[in-house]
Amino acid sequence: MPIQNYIWLSIALFSIGVIGVLIRRNAIVIFMCIELMLNAVNLLLVAFSKYHHDASAQIFVFFIMVVAAAEVSVGLAIIVMVYRHTKSVDVNILNRLKN
Amino acid sequence: MSLPTILFWILAVISILSAIGVVVAKNPVHSVLLLIVTFFTITGFYILLNAQFLAVVHIIVYAGAIMVLFLFVIMLMNLNASGEPQKNNLVKFAGVVAGGLLLIVLVAALKKADTGMLIQGSTNIGLIQNLGKVLFKDFVLPFEVSSILFLSAMIGAIVIGKKD
Repeated sequence: MPIQNYIWLSIALFSIGVIGVLIRRNAIVIFMCIELMLNAVNLLLVAFSKYHHDASAQIFVFFIMVVAAAEVSVGLAIIVMVYRHTKSVDVNILNRLKN
Repeated sequence: MSLPTILFWILAVISILSAIGVVVAKNPVHSVLLLIVTFFTITGFYILLNAQFLAVVHIIVYAGAIMVLFLFVIMLMNLNASGEPQKNNLVKFAGVVAGGLLLIVLVAALKKADTGMLIQGSTNIGLIQNLGKVLFKDFVLPFEVSSILFLSAMIGAIVIGKKD
């Protein structure tokens, strides 16, 4: 199994995540697409960890998971507050930050 | 073809299709469920790559904690499928073209890269004993800093979510 297969798969997943961030307006779905991009990077790190026979990359994946969990907890709290104020999670409403 | 290769292609097809489903699904709950399917296929890749500890942690953290948080927030907000306004078609088309161009650029940049084959057979670098030694010998300071990051994220979420 050449490592190229994992590279193409990760590129495809990352691009799908980018497209999702660009075309959706629901803030929660945008967050899920960001999770998709983080997971594509994690998959590539694990593939290269096996390729180079080095455990450091798997520790990096561990830290990326920590950052993703912290990001989701704070981000969802912000989305809940936005919903409480505007009764919507549409990101186009948030183009002005005042009011 | 050997068994790991066949498993790789099956998992790759499922993960790409469910990732596309996350983006195009109208109902946010369907997006969450398809994203959980994608995470399970990524766990399958971790097992194929002999990263057993990360596979277990991935299931616990993503499918067990993060996606449950997403589902809770969606159900708190009571969003229905018709309520979400759609971007107009021109913006959608531009977004797909921009993402596709990123895909083409990355593929073109890495097509001629000098890479080799993955080592066949099992290795023991993904086991918890080996990872624990690396984590607590070489990465002690980042580990402690990440605990502070978690604490600040927790306090921040409580402060933001508090009724004022």
